[in-house]
Amino acid sequence: MALDRFFRRRRPQQQAGSDMPDLWTQCPACKESVYNRDLEANLWVCPKCNHHIRLEAGRRVEVLLDEGSFVQLSGRVHPTDPLNFQDTEAYSDRLVRAQKKTGRPDAILTGTGSILGLPVTLAVMDFAFSGGSMGSVVGEEISRAAEHAAQIGTPFVLVAASGGARMQESALSLMQMAKTTVALEGLTARGLPYVSILTDPTTGGVTASFATIADVIMAEPGALIGFAGPRVIQQTIRQSLPEGFQRAEFLLEHGMIDDVVDRRNHRNFLAGLLGVLTRRAPDALPTQQSPEQSSEQSAEAPA
Amino acid sequence: MTTPPTDLKATLLKLEARVHDLEVTARETGQNLDAAIHPLRAEVERLRTAPVPAANAPMTRWERVQLARAPGRPTAHDYTERLVTDFTELHGDRNFADDHALIGGPGRWQGRPVMLLMQQKGRDTKSRVRRRFGMSNPEGYRKAMRLMDLADKFGLPVVCLIDTPGAYPGIEAEERGQAWAIAESIQRMVRLRVPAVCAVIGEGGSGGALAIGVGNRVLIQENAWYSVISPESCAAILWRDSAQAPKAAEALKLTAPDLLELGIVEEVIPEPVGGAHLDLDAAAAALGEAVGRHLDELGKLNEQELKAQRAARFRALGAFTES
Repeated sequence: MALDRFFRRRRPQQQAGSDMPDLWTQCPACKESVYNRDLEANLWVCPKCNHHIRLEAGRRVEVLLDEGSFVQLSGRVHPTDPLNFQDTEAYSDRLVRAQKKTGRPDAILTGTGSILGLPVTLAVMDFAFSGGSMGSVVGEEISRAAEHAAQIGTPFVLVAASGGARMQESALSLMQMAKTTVALEGLTARGLPYVSILTDPTTGGVTASFATIADVIMAEPGALIGFAGPRVIQQTIRQSLPEGFQRAEFLLEHGMIDDVVDRRNHRNFLAGLLGVLTRRAPDALPTQQSPEQSSEQSAEAPA
Repeated sequence: MTTPPTDLKATLLKLEARVHDLEVTARETGQNLDAAIHPLRAEVERLRTAPVPAANAPMTRWERVQLARAPGRPTAHDYTERLVTDFTELHGDRNFADDHALIGGPGRWQGRPVMLLMQQKGRDTKSRVRRRFGMSNPEGYRKAMRLMDLADKFGLPVVCLIDTPGAYPGIEAEERGQAWAIAESIQRMVRLRVPAVCAVIGEGGSGGALAIGVGNRVLIQENAWYSVISPESCAAILWRDSAQAPKAAEALKLTAPDLLELGIVEEVIPEPVGGAHLDLDAAAAALGEAVGRHLDELGKLNEQELKAQRAARFRALGAFTES
């Protein structure tokens, strides 16, 4: 089944010297080896250090949506090489390689589904495809998904994971920032909620457009989120960056996001929130939390 | 061997910038610097009148990038001094600070009442530092949004002169939400009820330029550039060597003719042969005419038509195939 495939492809690193390599995954943060079954049950949050391991887009859909509810919208729009871009490698070759690696035409997966029974339209960026970079296809698919949400009257949920706009489509990539913003206007016109979830990493033109004009902005713990990358900033100012700079918790502290939410609590958080905003009752209400403790509590809340 | 035209241009620009800096210093400090200025002026004159080998020969993309950011390149102020009357600069974002890289206020564009927003790099070392070389902090974009509110309230068309290497990449800029400010400014422009005409007059550096670039019409001067990333940064990432910037500039297709072909801009505004700095009055006249013409055309549309036209313009941008 899909889960097994996911593991074989995604396993970041095998335990050194293990004679049963498929059973273990090494946490990229604490380097502990974790039994895959435990990791899966924990939604790919390291049980030892709470590190949120990056998710491939298909896996993200499974983590967020009710089982079997996903109906895919994206997939028919394919990238081209409008500038005939060539660096150390041709853009067209890079595209083919990324497509083979991920099985997707580009760095985006969209569709409809439900979260605890509440219908949503979902767009998930795929960091595994060229660093989740946004070119014409990503912009188009996100725009179409937002327009679809407005048309069928569901909230729109977007999971961001991107290094920013895609250099190989130059100004066309840049224009996707304005295009997606235009497409999101339909949700505002119809009074439908738009929630974005910023995951590690979300930077550049994605942060500076659709990802941060959501009604509610959530972020995964520890996610790197910013406009300029840390290296660029360091080169510009020539001083070391403060501890925790540009991490989700830093942005919460500076008032830029609504909350840092543990992945294991995303479904409950979204169902509770969207239920109130759309005046509908989710199937199963999230475990009761007082609003003050949501941040702290979410760190320990089980799925 | 004759000097290649672009080297000559670069030399001229450098000399002119030095003359200008010296003149400003002389004026500000009251010192007599004529002894230093005069020979430089003579050299500028000699180079300018010397037979220029194929001055209008096609330039490489990298040469255009260098021309667009040369210290002698006219800044927004050089144009507005010639085109705008009754300008009242309005300061501050009413929240944190006044950004000196992005400035604006109401004025008359060759007689037409407008709200002017412009990125200003500064004209000498001192003012370049003060204006952060045209790189705004978040409060710059937040000031722009405040002025767009006023434009909507008073029915003033918005004119944006874009000239920035990009939004400022600093610790405080990140703390105060640089990305948020840009995203919100883009959204604010999408929602404008008045006409918006944007013109890239030097560097169109990525999101920092687009933040005031969501116009009903987007124009660009002949030797300006507009791209998702600067050639140096692009080269540093893709070639792992920023010295490969000339190659990156070619690959990024960031010049005015490229952008016209890609449908990113409506019109390329011609510059005097050799560049806008060689005949400021002529460059200003061409800019004034083009912006004014588009303002007049857009003046015939109502609120709904303006919003719909702007939305459709940007919604259609992108290159893909569909199966």
